[in-house]
Amino acid sequence: MDTTARPVRPRAAVLGEKALEAVIRLSGVSAIVFVAAIFFFVLREAAPVLFSEGFSLKQFLFSTEWYPTSATNVRYGTFALTVGTVSVTALAMVLAVPFGLGAAIYLSEFCSPRVRETLKVVIELLSAIPSVVWGFVGLTVMSKLIVSSTGAPVGVNVLNGGIILALMSVPVIVSIGEDALKAVPDSFREAGVALGATRWQLVYRVLLPAAKNGLLAAVLLGVGRAVGETMAVLMATGHAVHIPGSLLDSVRTLTANIAAELGEAPSGSDHYRVLFLTGTLLFLITLVVNLTADFIVRGIRRK
Amino acid sequence: MTRPRPQAPFRLSALALAAAFAVSACGGGGTKETKASRTVIQNKGSDTMVNVAQVWAEEYRKAAPGVEVEVSGGGSGVGIAALIKGAVDVANASRDLKPSEAEQATKNTGKTPADFKVGYDALAVYVHKDNPMAEITLEQLTELYAEGGKVTRWSELGVTIPGVKDDTIVRVSRQSSSGTYEFFREHALGNRDFRLGSRDLNGSKEVVELVGTTPTAIGYSGMGYATASVKMVPVAPKAGAPAVAPTIAAVHDKTYPLARSLHLYTLGEPEGAVKAYIDWILSPAGQRVVEDAGYVPVAAGAAEAPAEAPAATETAQPKP
Repeated sequence: MDTTARPVRPRAAVLGEKALEAVIRLSGVSAIVFVAAIFFFVLREAAPVLFSEGFSLKQFLFSTEWYPTSATNVRYGTFALTVGTVSVTALAMVLAVPFGLGAAIYLSEFCSPRVRETLKVVIELLSAIPSVVWGFVGLTVMSKLIVSSTGAPVGVNVLNGGIILALMSVPVIVSIGEDALKAVPDSFREAGVALGATRWQLVYRVLLPAAKNGLLAAVLLGVGRAVGETMAVLMATGHAVHIPGSLLDSVRTLTANIAAELGEAPSGSDHYRVLFLTGTLLFLITLVVNLTADFIVRGIRRK
Repeated sequence: MTRPRPQAPFRLSALALAAAFAVSACGGGGTKETKASRTVIQNKGSDTMVNVAQVWAEEYRKAAPGVEVEVSGGGSGVGIAALIKGAVDVANASRDLKPSEAEQATKNTGKTPADFKVGYDALAVYVHKDNPMAEITLEQLTELYAEGGKVTRWSELGVTIPGVKDDTIVRVSRQSSSGTYEFFREHALGNRDFRLGSRDLNGSKEVVELVGTTPTAIGYSGMGYATASVKMVPVAPKAGAPAVAPTIAAVHDKTYPLARSLHLYTLGEPEGAVKAYIDWILSPAGQRVVEDAGYVPVAAGAAEAPAEAPAATETAQPKP
């Protein structure tokens, strides 16, 4: 019998640790399981329509004619909706990326710690505003501003949706971007300063290249936020199915279309399934965006 | 506005609920009605009718304190879809039930939907109050709204809007789940599809609001939603025919071309609390609510019929 005084850990502690490890592993794996399951169920609802008569994938992807409840000639073309999503997202990014990255650089490199703490709290508050509230802002405040400043006939349009989405994605870009800049080791800054670089040269030549991956991730999270946003764009874009000719045209996005129509579509009907297919399309769009980003990041890393 | 909810009835209803569970557990069909508790009637559907339905629910609480009616909107299609699933007791619809929907309801629940006509609504064509347009024909509406239509500017209709440089018509429409949308398509566009590119709004009131703030807009919505900033344009069935303004008299004598009936649908012939509620809606008290909301009661004489006659259901037209 081994009676030497080797400290033995209590059985409960050992088991507890094992259990905890299992739980953590499960949480990690569950992310994959959930994503796969969601994709599977959305696709399962959508799949039958692919083989249904009167549905063509070509029409679904490339036709601008969206007539899901027509009495005479039902057509499911989502191209105008895709263009709507892309145009609103693109405008949002044009506005949000310079502001977001600028704010991130200011927060991490230029401002005093006191200002930084205040700003961070306010920015976090900004990201906590529910999207339906943003929608209200778009519908009431922003639409009046747009009408009075541009003379557009209607204030709910691409510009309105783009501005609202930009406001919603800026906090995401700022907080992730600031983390990325903060993660650049101080030795880089010290080296830059020692070489006589100005603050601006330091940021432009040293920090931005060093934090490239993180900043790209920040921008892409912003894109994800903008593509997936539903309620605010539903209220702010005017909900008109057509390809916008200018910033002051109303559009409808893929997400807003699903939100507006899924409630009425009888479950199991072609219309219902096409809406799920639209969901699949959205899923694929975000997947492509993320994969592209991943490849870009890998490419950067290899250099 | 919040009413303090008395504690005692709540406990009673909890007890009753427990009792109901016990009963259903014993194999008896548990119903939502028990004598001691409040009965809840679920009511959903047409956005056109949601204001009226809410006033009905409030007024009915005074008439029958034990019954609570929960009203929500979403569109006629949404209400009917919920009825088909058996999720609501009463569906409001500003259009007729489609044969396919009736069939699906029978298939799903084994019951045939019963139809009650509870009022009329005239769909008004709204323009901004500064728009000088005096009348519009159904053909013009078709040219304006339907797929393949040619009219895109007010000048093409012979209308000059004061103080506006770009007179492109801003077409305001409804989302496709709305009964108003389908009614307009059927009666103004002859079932042709809408031209894409209209602003498809989510509520009757929003249409009027947008038209009221946009001088170049045109829209359609229930006549109960008129405000001071919009104008209802008289509608002529065809060019040359006299244009008729949406008035109660014109709806009753059917001279106004864009009038429709408002319906309640139940699964099977209603019983108990639901029947009492529908009878009350068809009584003078319920019909007065319809009139006050800017709609047209089912019968001209309904408001004059003797009160306290919930059994007077001649106006109800349950269809098989």
